[in-house]
Amino acid sequence: MTIDHRTLLASRRGVLAGSAAGVAVHSASPAFAASSSQKADADPTAKVSLKVNGTDHALDVDTRTTLLDLLREHLKLAGTKKGCDHGQCGACTVMVNGERINSCLSFAVMHEGDEVTTIEGLGTPDDLHPLQDAFIEHDGYQCGYCTPGQICSAVAMLQEIRSGIPSHVQDDITEDPSVTELEMRERMSGNICRCGAYSNIAEALAEFAGETA
Amino acid sequence: MKFDTPAGTNPIDQGKVVGRPTPRIDGKFKTTGTAPYAYERHDVAPNQAYGYILGASIAKGTITSIDTAEAEAANGVIGIVSTLDHKPVPLGPMNTANLFGGGEVQHYHQAIAMVVAESFEQARAAAHLIRVDYARGEGSFDLKRAAPSAEPVEDSEKRQGDFEAAFGNAPVTLDATYTTPDESHAMMEPFATIAAWEGDKLTVWTSNQMIQWNKRDLAKALDMPIEKVRVDSPYIGGGFGAKLFLRADAVVAALGAKQVGRPVKLSMQRPLTFNNSTHRAATIQRIRFGAGEDGKLTAIAHESTSGNLPGGGPESAINQTELLYAGENRLTAMRLAILNLPEGNAMRAPGEASGLMALEIAMDEMAEKLGMDPVAFRKANDTQVDPMNPERPFSKRKMIECLDRGAREFGWERRNPQPGRNREGRWLVGHGMAVGFRNNLLMKSGARVRLSGDGIVTVETDMTDIGTGTYTILAQTAAEMMGLPIERIRVELGDSDYPISAGSGGQWGANNSTSGVYAACVKLREQVAQSLGFNSDEVEFADGQVRAGERSFPLGHAAAENDLTAEDSIEYGNLDKQFQQSTFAGHFVELAVDAYTGEAHLRRMLAVCEAGRILNPISARSQVIGAMTMGAGAALMEHLVVDKRFGFFVNHDLAGYEVPVHADIPHQEVIFLEETDPVSSPMKAKGVGELGLCGVSAAIANALYNATGARVRDYPITLDKYLDRLPAVA
Ligand code: FES
Ligand code: FES
Repeated sequence: MTIDHRTLLASRRGVLAGSAAGVAVHSASPAFAASSSQKADADPTAKVSLKVNGTDHALDVDTRTTLLDLLREHLKLAGTKKGCDHGQCGACTVMVNGERINSCLSFAVMHEGDEVTTIEGLGTPDDLHPLQDAFIEHDGYQCGYCTPGQICSAVAMLQEIRSGIPSHVQDDITEDPSVTELEMRERMSGNICRCGAYSNIAEALAEFAGETA
Repeated sequence: MKFDTPAGTNPIDQGKVVGRPTPRIDGKFKTTGTAPYAYERHDVAPNQAYGYILGASIAKGTITSIDTAEAEAANGVIGIVSTLDHKPVPLGPMNTANLFGGGEVQHYHQAIAMVVAESFEQARAAAHLIRVDYARGEGSFDLKRAAPSAEPVEDSEKRQGDFEAAFGNAPVTLDATYTTPDESHAMMEPFATIAAWEGDKLTVWTSNQMIQWNKRDLAKALDMPIEKVRVDSPYIGGGFGAKLFLRADAVVAALGAKQVGRPVKLSMQRPLTFNNSTHRAATIQRIRFGAGEDGKLTAIAHESTSGNLPGGGPESAINQTELLYAGENRLTAMRLAILNLPEGNAMRAPGEASGLMALEIAMDEMAEKLGMDPVAFRKANDTQVDPMNPERPFSKRKMIECLDRGAREFGWERRNPQPGRNREGRWLVGHGMAVGFRNNLLMKSGARVRLSGDGIVTVETDMTDIGTGTYTILAQTAAEMMGLPIERIRVELGDSDYPISAGSGGQWGANNSTSGVYAACVKLREQVAQSLGFNSDEVEFADGQVRAGERSFPLGHAAAENDLTAEDSIEYGNLDKQFQQSTFAGHFVELAVDAYTGEAHLRRMLAVCEAGRILNPISARSQVIGAMTMGAGAALMEHLVVDKRFGFFVNHDLAGYEVPVHADIPHQEVIFLEETDPVSSPMKAKGVGELGLCGVSAAIANALYNATGARVRDYPITLDKYLDRLPAVA
């Protein structure tokens, strides 16, 4: 038996390439660099300007580049981790305009004008963010690979509770949610820690949430 | 340093630093994202190109052709490494499945090509343009179907007394079969390597638990002298056994870097990691017990069948049964079936994790048959000697103390022994317990310590920190030995240019690697004494000072002119032959099952552990709770689902392979018995990193039985397996 399973993919790619050129015509910002003067299959790039941890950046990136890879590979801010690249683990969590997202599920060019905060923007080894401090005190990690994502996620998660965004574990979703252990565990469940530091992370969060309440 | 007689009093016993709860010294790097993992080493080699692996899409057969023309013409592509351009790479002693090379496919997602391109996006896109033709072969993928034809594993059958007769005569017996599924390590950092050549010298910055094995096996795979290979792995985003051995990422990155004449960085895409690498193999375990009315086991049999690729080993699920309980008539044996699934190999607590999942449910069932409390039944069958060799005592065995302490702290006496009778509103509440057991393994381990004039001591060893807390316990050891505060110790790990250590695996890392540092520090202390003109026997190292009689100097004075450097290894005699060295735990779990939907929620988990001296109660506790979490996954959700037609794990990503998340895990409590084990090492410590996993899944299973009255012998214990057996809702 012979299998040639690439034919379908190859032809689908042809369709996508065609439609990308079509998009370029209509899209003002970000502007795609692909044009008819280039090879038919030239990789489209686009300009994007965004602020990362308070610093302005203007880049010309392959439109397939995720925000995660823009951070890790282009800006060399490797604190944000890639655990799956498929939105399944939370290791890549950053804050965009104050809200947490999985940066692997978001193309860099979608972030024109956005303000991105990564783990590097929260604190440094010599000037730790209080939540980073709490993680160290409560040993809220082991290998450390999920840790930046946990911390970024938690900072934004507490903001979500405080701004009244409901969750599945609330008794009454018409009431404002409160910062309870159950709420925090529920809302942090998109951040996997295979080292299993959850019980300690919960303690770090309880301390931090108490301090910032 | 040879360790061949039990340790007497030594500087570690001061306990000024060792044994104190010490926050990790690498914590500020990990929490700020500044600890560099393998794929992130932008600085180590200029002009890194990106690699992307293509995995085989059949489980067994041969590749008839690989057409790379379109991929090669794609933008940014620098080169393509094809399996057909290489012979199968020679394997080290730990690997079973081919890592790369040749036309034979041995398992699904075997690495068969790698694209090297200027960018990640380009490499990934081009990988999809490679056309592969296969001739697919027949394979065996179903353990249950293959089990009857499984062959006995050589020398695995151990007998004592006459099991069959004793079992036949016993007034109370149990004969039950339990199954555990294939499981995946699913560490958060995928396999990743940057490879760079300088002439005929290769450096890999990679993510690996055992630097020396990796170096040796990489040299073998590439057919080059071992001294030309350097491996560097200072931070590892979890391994759990997946990164014990050389994997495809390092091999193809090295081949690719050579082919294109540039450093290549490569991270295996998550969906490939499950089938490309190793996993904990599924088991079918039959357990038979015979006991007298007094609750004493008279007959114990544990037989396990697992599968693996040709040449692979069994999942040794019977290990603990040889040692855990008394009983005069015994039988343990293993069978191994040929399966053409990906390679089965070590995952955290290989053997015991799966074995105790079965054995400790069986113990619960037997206690019930005997009308005994599960804690009392286990205590009644304690043994202080190796049951197969009664001349050989345990160096220390505090199983009973773990159980008594655990029962007390947990409130075990309030448990309702009648299953399915403890109702709190909508919840059926259950309590379960199990014993944890894992051996303490001794491995040679070396380190170098250097004192500089500023009074800083630097520890260098190829030991790894996979989240285990190695950086900190090695610093604590050096601090204790040299009489320094921990801030004055630097620790450098994971570089194969440093002395060879025990590495991280089998919960042997902490005890052996700190003992290696201890040995090096003993030598350094002698050098310091000599340098200061002291007679080394009477010198005291404390508070940053070196004292003898009336004279006292700051430690750094000894190295005022030249750094003092000492290197040594710990090596072991036969104390582990004379004594059985093991670690013990009592696991206690409270769980609630929704009486209407059957959904199970863990409410409380407690482990009481005896593992010798606990070097750092903070990181040791984290090891235990992390392992308990993994055990919760094994009990309730983790399961690589086999496609039995095409021979692969279907749920090969983190969405399909479910592991515990925050909402699944309650507050966890860990208690360490204050013990030392002088037979183990000069540190008097034992392993603890896997103990927390051993037994905990069965404690959960037993709690679920106590809650519902539904006994499930087939892991993971998912809703579908007991929903129809829940007590009638009143
Ligand atoms: S890397 Fe983005 S969710 Fe896993
Ligand atoms: S600390 Fe290792 S995965 Fe969370």
